[in-house]
Amino acid sequence: MIYSYYPGCTLKDRAKQLDICARKSAEALGITLQELPNWQCCGAVYPQVTDEIASRLSAVRALQSAEGGKLVTMCSACHHVLKRTAYDWNADENFRTKAANYLAEDGGYDGATEVVHFLEVLRDEVGFDELKKKVVNPLTGRKIGAFYGCMVLRPGKVLAFDDPENPTIIEDFIKAIGATPVKYPYRNECCGAYVALEDKGSAEHQVDRALNSAMDAGCDELITACPLCMYNLVENATAHKLPVKYFTELLAEALGVKEG
Amino acid sequence: MQKIGVFVCWCGSNIAATVDVEAVAEAVKNEPGVVFSANYQYMCSAAGQKLIQDAIHEHHLTGIVVCSCSPRMHEATFRKTAESAGLNPYMVEIANIREQCSWIHKDKEEATAKAIVLAKAAISKLRNDTPLQAGTSAVTKRCLVIGGGIAGIQTALDVADAGYEVDIVEQRPTIGGRMAQLDKTFPTLDCAACILTPKMVEASQNEKINIISYAKVEKVSGFVGSFKATIRKKARFVDETKCTGCSLCTTKCPSRKGKNEFNMNLDNRGAIYIPFAQAIPNVAVIDPEQCIKLKTGKCGLCEKVCSAGAINYKQEDELIEREYGAIVVATGFKPIDPSPLNEFGYADNADVVTSLEFERLMNAAGPTKGTLLRPSDGKHPKTIVFIQCVGSRCEENTKRGKPYCSKICCMYTAKHAMLVREKYPDTDVHVFYIDVRTPGKNFDEFYRRAAEQYGVDYIKGMVGKVAKEGDKLMVQGSDLINNEQVHIAADMVVLATAIEPDPTARSIGTMLTASMDTNDFFTEAHPKLRPVESPTAGIFLSGVAQGPKDIPETVAQAGAAASKVIGLLAKDHLVTNPCVAQSNELMCNGCSQCEKVCPYGAITYVEKEVRGPGVREVRRVAQVNPAVCQGCGACTVTCPSGAMDLKGFSNKQILAEVDAICRW
Repeated sequence: MIYSYYPGCTLKDRAKQLDICARKSAEALGITLQELPNWQCCGAVYPQVTDEIASRLSAVRALQSAEGGKLVTMCSACHHVLKRTAYDWNADENFRTKAANYLAEDGGYDGATEVVHFLEVLRDEVGFDELKKKVVNPLTGRKIGAFYGCMVLRPGKVLAFDDPENPTIIEDFIKAIGATPVKYPYRNECCGAYVALEDKGSAEHQVDRALNSAMDAGCDELITACPLCMYNLVENATAHKLPVKYFTELLAEALGVKEG
Repeated sequence: MQKIGVFVCWCGSNIAATVDVEAVAEAVKNEPGVVFSANYQYMCSAAGQKLIQDAIHEHHLTGIVVCSCSPRMHEATFRKTAESAGLNPYMVEIANIREQCSWIHKDKEEATAKAIVLAKAAISKLRNDTPLQAGTSAVTKRCLVIGGGIAGIQTALDVADAGYEVDIVEQRPTIGGRMAQLDKTFPTLDCAACILTPKMVEASQNEKINIISYAKVEKVSGFVGSFKATIRKKARFVDETKCTGCSLCTTKCPSRKGKNEFNMNLDNRGAIYIPFAQAIPNVAVIDPEQCIKLKTGKCGLCEKVCSAGAINYKQEDELIEREYGAIVVATGFKPIDPSPLNEFGYADNADVVTSLEFERLMNAAGPTKGTLLRPSDGKHPKTIVFIQCVGSRCEENTKRGKPYCSKICCMYTAKHAMLVREKYPDTDVHVFYIDVRTPGKNFDEFYRRAAEQYGVDYIKGMVGKVAKEGDKLMVQGSDLINNEQVHIAADMVVLATAIEPDPTARSIGTMLTASMDTNDFFTEAHPKLRPVESPTAGIFLSGVAQGPKDIPETVAQAGAAASKVIGLLAKDHLVTNPCVAQSNELMCNGCSQCEKVCPYGAITYVEKEVRGPGVREVRRVAQVNPAVCQGCGACTVTCPSGAMDLKGFSNKQILAEVDAICRW
């Protein structure tokens, strides 16, 4: 299977492991992730809160360049932006008209690109049962908590990723790679990353609460799909620390394709 | 040739604003058979009816067409009008130019053209009408009440008081319903059991009332005045006539795994049990799923300790067949399961409870003997958060809950909050609400007392998350008035869950051919003017089966349903609908198709000598029982040989209508 792939800026820098492990795992699963040519920054969530068109154009360009196929994302924030932009293009006539005016010179976009997160590819295309069969190094006995954060889940109607109040996709993934998923109440809360600069105290509170809750429930480590959550869970934890990894790192480990 | 009069109604501006009524009257004036046409502002008024009667006399009319509202509204009125002027009432046709024309069109020209066509269709049908004679059918003077909660009990008591026999069929081992599970009742805070159990006793002692508990209605046939019901009385493995209700067996039973349904599964009961101390009938029942003797053949302890010799492990279900003149649906409600509403954490936390569970935790006969202890560790909760509208007032077409307001939750939450503060003044009580709805006598005063005198903290806003942190439940919600997020560390969370019709309601509705809305509440014959009758004749509605309501409203509606039942049972005979099917024996080929499609069992086949032109032989032919036939017409469209026809709606009449419309 060949998919268009939108890695996003962070995956080229701070979150390299999220990207590298994903590519290696995909290969092991018979999936080709074909990076979009000349992709630009997705706009990083901020433009979603305003009605500015220009700052959302790079997201539309990414959709356009995927040429109507499935476009795979890895980073929660990029996924959030691209998925919502794809949704708005089809649902919001005002946005569509204005954005189309900007894009006129580079050729149009027909609204057909479907944005899917790599986790959704694993669940819906590969299938967790199939994935389980390809695991060579099952992570037996490891108690792993999923940290979903907010970006992949909400708004639930648009992202349509999982039940935002009680998501299970990462837990099912953890099961598929042979480990034991541990559910805890704060796994679907905002990590606080978006206030980390202006109100460090709030961000620390969010992180401490989540880590506390995870440890209480018996997690030994956490995984996430979001570079922002990753940064925050590691840097802004004041009370406790838990090892945090990208889900692709554990995937690569389980598939036996992780280096070092 | 018939002499037809056409009467076009304005219905004030309802019709006249969109349809040119004069043009309609003018256009049909020269239709074949029409000798008179007129228009008038309100044809259903006394003056309008007089206009019709005068025209009948003056022009010797043989039939009339009234162009007005739906026949469901005033067909009966105009039939009476015609009859009093000496016309056969079935020589009246209604052209519906209101609901099917003026109300749904905007363009006057188009609407007028359509009204003319509808009038012409009715005239064409009337040209083929023949006078019909209504028969009569007897009324069985006995009433069936399905459901033995406060609604069913009250209806039964009122009907019995008028001297008629009533059977209450209750699915549970005891009557009493939801009200029996309640602790106190708003807005007076009197104890539910103290006002309900005397009524239960009254019902059981009333010689006109027969309580059939632990039973369900399995089949209903027939029609108003003459229903026939099959009731399955489940085996309780205890002889009702012998059991004294001493409850010794229930204390000796070694099986303790059965969930106590009466206590909302908060504790366990024996395999043999009496649901609660004041149960009626006060007779034990064995749960065959839990009974060791019934499952393995060993044990038999209850039989040994029963001095009355009432235990009978071989008892079987009993089928009761009985006839009734009227049926009352009083099937009640249950709280929804809030587990799918994940943000409230009901499925994951024992200390998140529903209001009905809370009711049991506060009740002296409940699992904690009336001391408020939280289920997880049996500790006294010091901070309690109540959340209103859980599963009520949800967006339609989401699976998250019900679109309607459950109506009772605001008041019972105020009651719970007040009772907690009264009994345990050191407890902090918070209530999250969207709106507080208190339209009832002394209701708002009650709520204000909770907020102002009892210091209950009302927070306008909804809760987004209930999460376990240590032994606390962290409740995160929004305070819309202060525009801030609030976080409350609670010991217990109580969900004011929506109520929904009892799960048996849908199948009972189907059995009775009584219509229901999309939420499985029974619909009334008219939402304002006939609120306790189902559109199906002879079926009456009592209590929450029709829609959410509190106890005083339920009791009032139960009494209203009873008065309708009494009005029906007081009649010796009912006039039957003469628009029933009839079979032309000469054309019938005996294929039995009509018998198979008849929903009322009105068609039978007989061997009969048939005589006609060139025919004289014994054949198997269909016969319709006019007392049972409801005139649905299923047989007439099924009959391959065209032998089956419906009086008043014959194939010829309908084709004449279609023909008239096609000429447009």
